[in-house]
Amino acid sequence: MFSHLRPAIVMIVIFTALTGVIYPLAITGVAQLALPAQANGSLIERDGAIVGSTLIGQNFVSDRYFHGRPSATTGPDPADPSKSIDAPYNASNSMGSNLGPTSKKLVDRVNAAIEAEFDAGRIDVVAADAVTTSASGLDPHISPQFALAQAGAVAKARKLSETQVRALVDANTERRLLGVIGEPRVNLLLLNLALDRLQ
Amino acid sequence: MTPIGLAQIAVVLVAVIVAAIPLGGYIARVLAGERNLLTPALSPVERVFYRLAGVDSAREQSWLSYTMAMLAFSVVGFLSLYALQRLQASLPLDPQGFGGVPADLAFNTSISFVTNTNWQNYSGETTMSHLTQMLGLTVHNFVSAATGLAMAFALVRGLSRAESPTIGNFWVDLTRSTLYVLLPLSIIVALALVALGVPQTLQGSIEATALEGAKQTIAIGPIASQEAIKELGTNGGGFFNANSAHPFENPNALSNMLEIWALLVVPFATAFAFGRAVLDQRQGRVIAIAMMIVLVAGVLVAYWAEAGGNPLLTEIGVDPSPGNMEGKELRFGPAMSALFAAATTGTSCGAVNSMHDSFMPLGGLAPLFNMLMGSIAPGGVGAGLYGFLVLAIIAVFVAGLMVGRTPEYLGKKIEAREMKLAMLAVLIYPLSVLGFTAVSVMLQTGLASLNNAGPHGLSEILYAFASTTDNNGSAFAGLTGNTPWYNTTLGVAMLLGRFAFVIPVLAIAGAFAAKKKAPASVGAFPTHGPLFVGLLLGVIVILYLLQYFPALALGPIVEHFALLAGKTF
Repeated sequence: MFSHLRPAIVMIVIFTALTGVIYPLAITGVAQLALPAQANGSLIERDGAIVGSTLIGQNFVSDRYFHGRPSATTGPDPADPSKSIDAPYNASNSMGSNLGPTSKKLVDRVNAAIEAEFDAGRIDVVAADAVTTSASGLDPHISPQFALAQAGAVAKARKLSETQVRALVDANTERRLLGVIGEPRVNLLLLNLALDRLQ
Repeated sequence: MTPIGLAQIAVVLVAVIVAAIPLGGYIARVLAGERNLLTPALSPVERVFYRLAGVDSAREQSWLSYTMAMLAFSVVGFLSLYALQRLQASLPLDPQGFGGVPADLAFNTSISFVTNTNWQNYSGETTMSHLTQMLGLTVHNFVSAATGLAMAFALVRGLSRAESPTIGNFWVDLTRSTLYVLLPLSIIVALALVALGVPQTLQGSIEATALEGAKQTIAIGPIASQEAIKELGTNGGGFFNANSAHPFENPNALSNMLEIWALLVVPFATAFAFGRAVLDQRQGRVIAIAMMIVLVAGVLVAYWAEAGGNPLLTEIGVDPSPGNMEGKELRFGPAMSALFAAATTGTSCGAVNSMHDSFMPLGGLAPLFNMLMGSIAPGGVGAGLYGFLVLAIIAVFVAGLMVGRTPEYLGKKIEAREMKLAMLAVLIYPLSVLGFTAVSVMLQTGLASLNNAGPHGLSEILYAFASTTDNNGSAFAGLTGNTPWYNTTLGVAMLLGRFAFVIPVLAIAGAFAAKKKAPASVGAFPTHGPLFVGLLLGVIVILYLLQYFPALALGPIVEHFALLAGKTF
């Protein structure tokens, strides 16, 4: 055993140098030089300020914007940092609800979401993504079905024609690559930015 | 299930096989020490490694010495990773100012990374400094996978050699696996991931002002470099808590396909490398085909279960056509979530792109059963091959009993000693999984960690011990694992799953290496045709279904029927 000690220690040290320092730093260097936009998080600026990342969802509650999926992320309670409270789309603490399919909490939560959105007339069909939380709590997308279901309410709040808003959803819908790869989706932040640009 | 969903699954699996065949040839050459594409560039680096470490690369080791070297390396790796986590507050590159990691959590995490499990009781973005992520976790992503590949080739040498006292040199296998196989693949995949949108920066976080005016703090870091080896080394430890479901780790459908490809390709390649190493490609092909059948069966069960939606939610008005979307990302959908789930548990990867805890009962059963079988479809880097070869030895033995002949595998007689060792290895799994689960459900401290009540709660605990024993690392993540009880017991389960399994395997390697190689005769049971594939699958099903059916019946299966009856917990 002791005769193996020297190679064990030396190997850990040199592999740490190679795979723990040189490898990530070299990839960082190449990525920052060749692909800076992606390497820095695909950020979007408006009027010189960072408004978010195309890849990371944000929380929308105003009637003037399309809403995203419910999010299960939490954050520290400002009153008592040792406790955590609901903080939707907290991009420094990704998580899903982890509620099982027979969870009463899940069924109650979905029921409440349906009441808040459908029964209140904000949406006219209950798309699956409209009432379920994503795995990361940061899903940047909604389904075209969910977006179109909100078009009437958003148009009303913005005093736009519904046709105009539906056309905007259509223009922001990403389709499957080659008809096979990926799922049809709408990037919520890009859609809402486009909505702001309309006015 | 839709034709498009099935087509997406087929595209990835075909891409894996197309790449795995040539990669297998390359891996076989690398581990046989033959000249290859990268020899001119890498052999000087390799020689520096041996000189610094004082290793004579020409000197081979007996199985015992090989095992001791592997253990020494693992112990040193464990201690250094433990120290790094405990001391991270006083070390540089901690932009978010995280404190030292608590003792029980550091214990669990160190074992987790050294054993190639990457079970994470911590949340990456709120616990580990950039230095720990780079120096500690990324390094073990490489070397724990390389250790797996080394041990697999030790067993392959045992099978291919005759009357040899040695099975290779651990330090050489470790170095060559890392330098020639894992590192070059990681560089390519990491850069491809950056091009697809995965960030790679030394910044800690970005402050954005969201459209509605609120501040959004977006955690970021050197993600792509870790993501690449996380999949290629079947490690699975995410940079972020949500792992490959986080849009920064896995931004779109193409990055998702690349990640699934990356986590499957080396294990499948290793099966083909085995065929080449024993000078009979058919032997490798048979193993790869059996692995693929188990993998596809798991994918189909999970996809079928997830695609239909949750009847309890359909009843209250949710559209079931997009499938069960709780805990899934929209950009992946049910087909690519199901494939990821089956692939990550068929290998011992454990990365997730959806929350398995929120899968339908039978959708969650598929990844759970994959792990209970020891993740052999196609298994972890190296671990998949040696796990499968143990099953092949058992299958040959069963066939031998049926026809009344001394069983032989690749010309090696399988005798009492090898069978005892093989059974010792496969029995460690149920002992750890069922034993720890049984104790946990009897203890208040075990039950206090549950996120779900009813049968799903049992599934959460069973999944945790299956995942850690199997060195997988995926989770029914509702279970709060960061408690002294689970940090400790899950840590012990990971140790048993790795070392109590592989030490008998290396002993088998030594025993086989020392044996004569019998010339092929007509009386020997052929291990390269469809009959052997059937026999292998039969042995797997009988072995594992008998061991785990009672536990599964109390967890996912009873939950399925409760759900059909409209019951919630």
